[in-house]
Amino acid sequence: MAYKIIASSCTACSACEPECPNVAIREKSGTYIIDPNKCTECEGQFDSPQCVAVCPVDGTVIKA
Amino acid sequence: MQGETAYIGIKEIKPLARIAEPNGCRTTGGDGKSGCDSKSGSADVPEHIWDKIKNHPCYSEEAHHHYARMHVAVAPACNIQCNYCNRKYDCANESRPGVVSERLTPEQASKKVLAVASAIPQMTVLGIAGPGDPLANPEKTFRTFELISKKAPDIKLCLSTNGLALPGLMDRIVQYNIDHVTITINMVDPEIGQHIYPWIFWNHRRWAGLDAAKIIHEHQMEGLEMLTARGILAKINSVMIPGINDAHLIEVNREVKKRGAFLHNIMPLISSPEHGTVFGLNGQRGPTAHELKALQDQCEEGAMNVMRHCRQCRADAVGLLGEDRSGEFSTDTIEAMDVKYDLDARRVYHELVEEQRDARLAARQDALAGLDGEASDIRILVAVATKGEGRINEHFGHAGEFQIYELSTAGAKFVGHRRVDLYCQGGYGDEDALPSVVRAINDCHAVMVAKIGGCPSDELRDAGIDPVEDYAHELIEQSAIAYFKEYLAAVKSGQIEHQARGDAAIRQGAYIAAA
Ligand code: SF4
Ligand code: SF4
Repeated sequence: MAYKIIASSCTACSACEPECPNVAIREKSGTYIIDPNKCTECEGQFDSPQCVAVCPVDGTVIKA
Repeated sequence: MQGETAYIGIKEIKPLARIAEPNGCRTTGGDGKSGCDSKSGSADVPEHIWDKIKNHPCYSEEAHHHYARMHVAVAPACNIQCNYCNRKYDCANESRPGVVSERLTPEQASKKVLAVASAIPQMTVLGIAGPGDPLANPEKTFRTFELISKKAPDIKLCLSTNGLALPGLMDRIVQYNIDHVTITINMVDPEIGQHIYPWIFWNHRRWAGLDAAKIIHEHQMEGLEMLTARGILAKINSVMIPGINDAHLIEVNREVKKRGAFLHNIMPLISSPEHGTVFGLNGQRGPTAHELKALQDQCEEGAMNVMRHCRQCRADAVGLLGEDRSGEFSTDTIEAMDVKYDLDARRVYHELVEEQRDARLAARQDALAGLDGEASDIRILVAVATKGEGRINEHFGHAGEFQIYELSTAGAKFVGHRRVDLYCQGGYGDEDALPSVVRAINDCHAVMVAKIGGCPSDELRDAGIDPVEDYAHELIEQSAIAYFKEYLAAVKSGQIEHQARGDAAIRQGAYIAAA
């Protein structure tokens, strides 16, 4: 139960980072990564995964 | 603005801001209407407004010859998607299309600003415009402003935004004393907006179609009204998209003026397939130079200040408008620098510049006086090669852009600029580049330069454009008016026959300053 970021299409725009209600997203060597232990897929918090909804490059944040 | 949102539409909340139409004169007009020479003087603008704009190269048409602005790219995230944008690059219409700027932390950015302001005393304005939306990155944006305002209180701060997050962040904009805000408003009708914005991220979810366009429209109008109510200057940028919002921009102009916007900057859509934008890929074209000017003229009829010298600069450009010195201030160089910010030295320099500006204004008045008594309907455009200071001081082959002036018996009026491929790369003329220069200034009767080689002169003449070197290093308006007098005299004596010129093309693609 977690999402992941495809590094090759991530533009490192940082939009997803502050949106995550569980502080699961951080920058790592020029891209952004999701900590699978912290990610809850926004279950019970929002209607849709926040990182997916905000990401400008569709298909970059996907189910792990 | 959460949950149920009513369509604000055209509500008239407050009386018209005086600044929109001071004494019936326009600060950028200068075509002699209403008996005002309002082109750039301070006389017809209320003092507190003039104070705000007089040194702002983006807001005052005349100031951009003498003062510089700088942008730092500290804001990568965006909260909306535009069909003219590909998020792999910087915002395509806010800055240069297809260009990736160097992203800085607020700490790096503020050090860079202080270093540049110390080396280039003309630097009076610091803007945050991207590469995403500054207000979608509030922490980074306001931290940068905070650091700079502490060390360099004489630098004016401004930001550009799509407006979505503007109402919610108004208190912080006031807190950091931001006195110029630019909002990109491409429509005041969500029906049109849905063809420009595929989706937005707002209130923890994605909105698409009409819903998205409605939300963004409401926030833009609310944000603009809030800026006006707080006395913060608001400039509006609009991207002209033929077939989608071109005719509608007249209505946009009316609505933003009604809400107290000070300037309206209509920019051409920059669109080509290699940018990978929706518009680029579906073949949406940008306007021609003629279409752009016609729309700008039409909006000016409504007595709104229309800005014509926007160069769609890169978000991290350094230097006078149109001139990019960012190469001298790379992050590595800055890190190693020991920056001392000298407020006094800057003040002395600014006093000197004021003297130059006065001289220039006086020269223009003299030249205008010389046109008295001339009666003619003839209007021509001339292209001018300049490096700044209001003089014709650039070599034809070194010009990365030309300034366009419209000449008539009312005087010389700045109406825009055209970017071109450098004709001269490393000392010899590039034959391939000439046709593209000609295309870019094809609507002009003459090109006024500091110097020009024999071959390009001949080719320009063949294309019907008169290459003029006689006014090298002279002041632009004065020279342009003198040239116009000669032109009129030659027409009158039958020496030449006045003929209208064709249209010109707006250069597409990334602008890379000459190394
Ligand atoms: S799905 Fe939700 S919890 Fe998981 S990383 Fe994205 S925003 Fe955070
Ligand atoms: S929003 Fe998308 S592109 Fe931006 S940093 Fe997150 S994953 Fe990368």
